[in-house]
Amino acid sequence: MSILMKRRAVLLGSGALMLGACSKIQQSDAGRGLFESVDDWHKGLQRFVRARDALAREYAPEDISPFFRGNGSTDPQNDGYPQHAANGFADWRFTVTGLVERPLSLSLDQIMRLPQRTQITRHDCVEGWSAIGQWTGPQLSTFLDLARVRDSANYIVFRCADDYTQGRYYESIDMIDALHPQTIIAHRLNGEPLPIRNGAPLRARVERQLGYKHAKYLTGVEAVASLDDIGLGKGGYWEDYGGYQWYAGM
Amino acid sequence: MTRDGERNRHAAPTRIWHWINLIAIIVLFMSGLNISNAHPYLYWGEWGFAPEQAWLEVPRFPGWMTIPGFYSLAKARDWHLLMAFPFAFGLLGMWIAMLWNGHFGRDLMTGKREWRWQAIRRDIGQHLRLDFTHSDGKYNFLQKLAYGLVLGVLLPGMVLTGMAISPGMDAAFPWLLDIFGGRQSARSIHFLFAWGLFGFFVIHVALVLLTGPIGHLRSMTLGGDHEPANPPFAKTDTGDAT
Repeated sequence: MSILMKRRAVLLGSGALMLGACSKIQQSDAGRGLFESVDDWHKGLQRFVRARDALAREYAPEDISPFFRGNGSTDPQNDGYPQHAANGFADWRFTVTGLVERPLSLSLDQIMRLPQRTQITRHDCVEGWSAIGQWTGPQLSTFLDLARVRDSANYIVFRCADDYTQGRYYESIDMIDALHPQTIIAHRLNGEPLPIRNGAPLRARVERQLGYKHAKYLTGVEAVASLDDIGLGKGGYWEDYGGYQWYAGM
Repeated sequence: MTRDGERNRHAAPTRIWHWINLIAIIVLFMSGLNISNAHPYLYWGEWGFAPEQAWLEVPRFPGWMTIPGFYSLAKARDWHLLMAFPFAFGLLGMWIAMLWNGHFGRDLMTGKREWRWQAIRRDIGQHLRLDFTHSDGKYNFLQKLAYGLVLGVLLPGMVLTGMAISPGMDAAFPWLLDIFGGRQSARSIHFLFAWGLFGFFVIHVALVLLTGPIGHLRSMTLGGDHEPANPPFAKTDTGDAT
């Protein structure tokens, strides 16, 4: 019996040691470096096993969920957004700037005259829930072609209108996801103009990644060579302030 | 029964994988409970986002059960995504080794003879009397069944449902969604299998404790064969089981 008791004590003790070790590892520089590279490993693995333009599943109209939940900012109150909303976003501008030969500033009317893509896709939140909706808008690649994005551009930064709790929301993706056929700037959800809770008047769809990459309330995209000087340098609001992975394909 | 150290009860790949997998599973389980706290509702099908659609409202797991020991979805995901690598690739390596060195065919695969109800009943009876002496083969039927379920269903099921939860992996392998019946079903099965593994863990540790834990630990760590010939709690009577 005493051997059993000792064994149990050792098991419990090693459990406690491991928990202590976990928090030590997470706080150390080496630990943080490790976790930052884990995000890269998942990106590398997914891109190794997947064709560059492999599509996220597209669903049938009957699969659409009866409601599309809004999360994060659902009703921005800063910098004239409520006035834009009251005005039906008639004066909203969407800019394409940064490493492009021909910067653009487009109205919603101009955006709706571009070639459109409609896709019924599943939205997966990092928290765990999913909803299915039909999205319509031009492909991001259409804007980048019109603006003639330079070869030196490595990332596309989504610029947003909403101030979240610690600052302006923003996100970024690399050129592989930026040029993916399902990466669109959506202005319609289920055939209707985008509701405010889902990002009116424009939101990004990055279908092979989690919801926080799908930036809402878009005022523009910016082509950049590096993310170091954007925000706190991690490539997104939640990456900067919440410690989330920049690559969110898992 | 061979003498101590004459041969290994567990081959080197088994011993290495066993301990790597233990660490990976503990971290994955506890960080998984933290992730569950982010949205403690489980659904069937592709979508689900609100309590009224859930088939289960999961209780909130307290800090002592989670990694880290406080609610942090971001940090829990760091741990979960890190340990997914040794877990998944370790399991793949173990399966290759197991098929290669004959461990699977020799020790784990059941024969037609073992699926007879009477044999199974005798096995259950022996287990209930804590009699773990078994004559032919390394493992008896219930052990083979348990290890088979864990190695063949629960562990690979955790890897595959985990992949099915990942939007990036779904684009690579859309059939993942079909075999589990949708992303939210995969998430539910991920949760159920995790608790299935927890159940195995409890029984496994209990039986190790009952049948000479020091010997088991030596066999599974350093090698050799330290399986006690007569486990301390086993009845010596192995006669008729009726």
